[in-house]
Amino acid sequence: MTGSTPIAPPAPRGGAPAAPAKPVEIVEVKGKLKKLSTTDKVVIGLMIGIPTLIEAVLVWFPAVASIVLSFGNWNGVGSLARIQWIGVTNYQNIFEVDPNFWPAVQHNVLWLVFLAVVATPLGVFLAVLLDRETPGSKLFQSVFFLPVIFSLALIGVIWQLMFSPEQGLVNGVLGTDIDWFGDSGINLWAALIASSWKHVGYIMILYLAGLKGVDPSLREAAALDGANNRQTFFRVVFPAMKPINIVVVVITVIEALRAFDIVFIINKGNNGLQLLSTMIYTNSGAAARVGYASALAVILLVIALVPIVTYLSQAFKEENR
Amino acid sequence: MTTPAAVIDPEPQARGRRRNRRQNYTTPLTRGSRASRIGITVFLGGAAFLWIIPLAWTIYTSLRPIDYFKDHSYFSIGGTYDFQNYVDAFEQAQLLKFFANSAIITIPAVILTLLLASLAAFKLSRVAWKYNVPLLILFTAGNLLPQQVLATPLFQMAKHTPLPETISDSGSFINTYYVVIAVNVAFQLGFCTFVMSNYMKALPVELTEAAQVDGAGIWKQYWKIVLPLCRPALAALATLEVIWIYNDFFWALLLVQKGDRLPITSGLNNLNGQFAQNYNLLAAGALMSALPVLIVYLVLQKHFKAGLTLGANKG
Repeated sequence: MTGSTPIAPPAPRGGAPAAPAKPVEIVEVKGKLKKLSTTDKVVIGLMIGIPTLIEAVLVWFPAVASIVLSFGNWNGVGSLARIQWIGVTNYQNIFEVDPNFWPAVQHNVLWLVFLAVVATPLGVFLAVLLDRETPGSKLFQSVFFLPVIFSLALIGVIWQLMFSPEQGLVNGVLGTDIDWFGDSGINLWAALIASSWKHVGYIMILYLAGLKGVDPSLREAAALDGANNRQTFFRVVFPAMKPINIVVVVITVIEALRAFDIVFIINKGNNGLQLLSTMIYTNSGAAARVGYASALAVILLVIALVPIVTYLSQAFKEENR
Repeated sequence: MTTPAAVIDPEPQARGRRRNRRQNYTTPLTRGSRASRIGITVFLGGAAFLWIIPLAWTIYTSLRPIDYFKDHSYFSIGGTYDFQNYVDAFEQAQLLKFFANSAIITIPAVILTLLLASLAAFKLSRVAWKYNVPLLILFTAGNLLPQQVLATPLFQMAKHTPLPETISDSGSFINTYYVVIAVNVAFQLGFCTFVMSNYMKALPVELTEAAQVDGAGIWKQYWKIVLPLCRPALAALATLEVIWIYNDFFWALLLVQKGDRLPITSGLNNLNGQFAQNYNLLAAGALMSALPVLIVYLVLQKHFKAGLTLGANKG
């Protein structure tokens, strides 16, 4: 919430009497800006230079390097000169040979669909109900929110205790002896439930903030026009929340692509839990199939660019106008 | 919505409709019938009950000795309840070392991230330059990339960048705290720069203009004028970043191969293997790993929630 108000463009400043003087002053200052002292120029250079360098070297260089390395074959030993350039062979192998790739893509898609169709709407629904401020809503809100502060690794462990074949609560309550995380036919669903435990709370808190940010007079106007709660929400409140809706969608997509920790804690991404992210990890570190892992990363990057570009064009709409 | 809300002025008409209901503009006008409100409360209560079960079961498991579970069933009630598992897990898993590793990584990483992000944000939001927006987009986009896209080259870079053996026993950046700190900083820099620059943009221009006329240099404008005003945003970001960097699993897992150098979140993976036969110990160890974030969250709840929505409300 704190962010919403300061983000608005600075309101027109000064009362009527002072106003005529203002523009002149600004022009003057802008003129002075060009005559920055040498010290100031150095300070500004370092100010933006150091962070940009870090961002470039540790984020953008590796991202581009992934693309380049994906056309080569290298085991990470010795100098870069030992890379054999093999064109699109890595991609061919991924698409045509690797038995894990298509299952991984399928699982990633399923992950996305589940978060988008089940977890995210549930978070939105909880937020809408909590926004009504019925008794106890503050307490309930804290309960739904609690998993958001836990690491996904911890959530993996907690749900392992729930889903354990013999000692888990789920089997204990249901009287079954299913190996929820071990059975390759169902472990993805079990992992999705564990993952949603956090995702729902995250979406809920974002959406709740969004709801509080909607101008209350919009609702009042709708109510005066005789709209009921449902109409007010879908026709007035929901469209007014377009920015937050986009953020929620983008977070859902990105979380689905980033999914890693829970699956890794469960079984390192094998046996029914393959994801693109775990495949990259197994091929990149000690295994050192650098080109192959990079090609997988490029595929993930290409998919990720869709939500990233969507979000950025939304977030920087004003500046570009 | 097309209607600018301010034009309507709901005051006179709305007052009559409010009847006896408390109304303070942040609550919805139509609060629904009594029956629907009771229905909502019951539904939310039920959902919250379901929600707390996994955590409650973990806590319950952690308080029970495994022997009692084995003799009776895992779902038994009665017998011993104590903190012995916590003591045992703490000692056997050398949790103290993992906690220390987490602190060594998290504290400098958060400070550096906020410092560098606020520097970049000051330049990008308050010193005119035609490349400000493209650069800000580059920062923001960097944070949105899936970590795994950068993983392979980063690992090779760390492995092939030599460090004197006196500093790193691996002779490179692999297995060092430095590389984990650096990568966490780089990755979080984008989000923090984005948030800080939005915040700084909203501060009145006159503040720095006046200082400039009085002869204050850029550094003074940043350090003495703008930064102190950014305290709320810094507090919110700090809370958020402590939790995010502390919770990081992937970077440490990728770049640290020595088990005893891992931060506690990634160390959980080792714990998981170590205590595979004793879930009661595992539960205690896992819960302890969450204690620092739980404390941060409970103390700074307000800042944390503010931080989560700082980036989201832009648009």
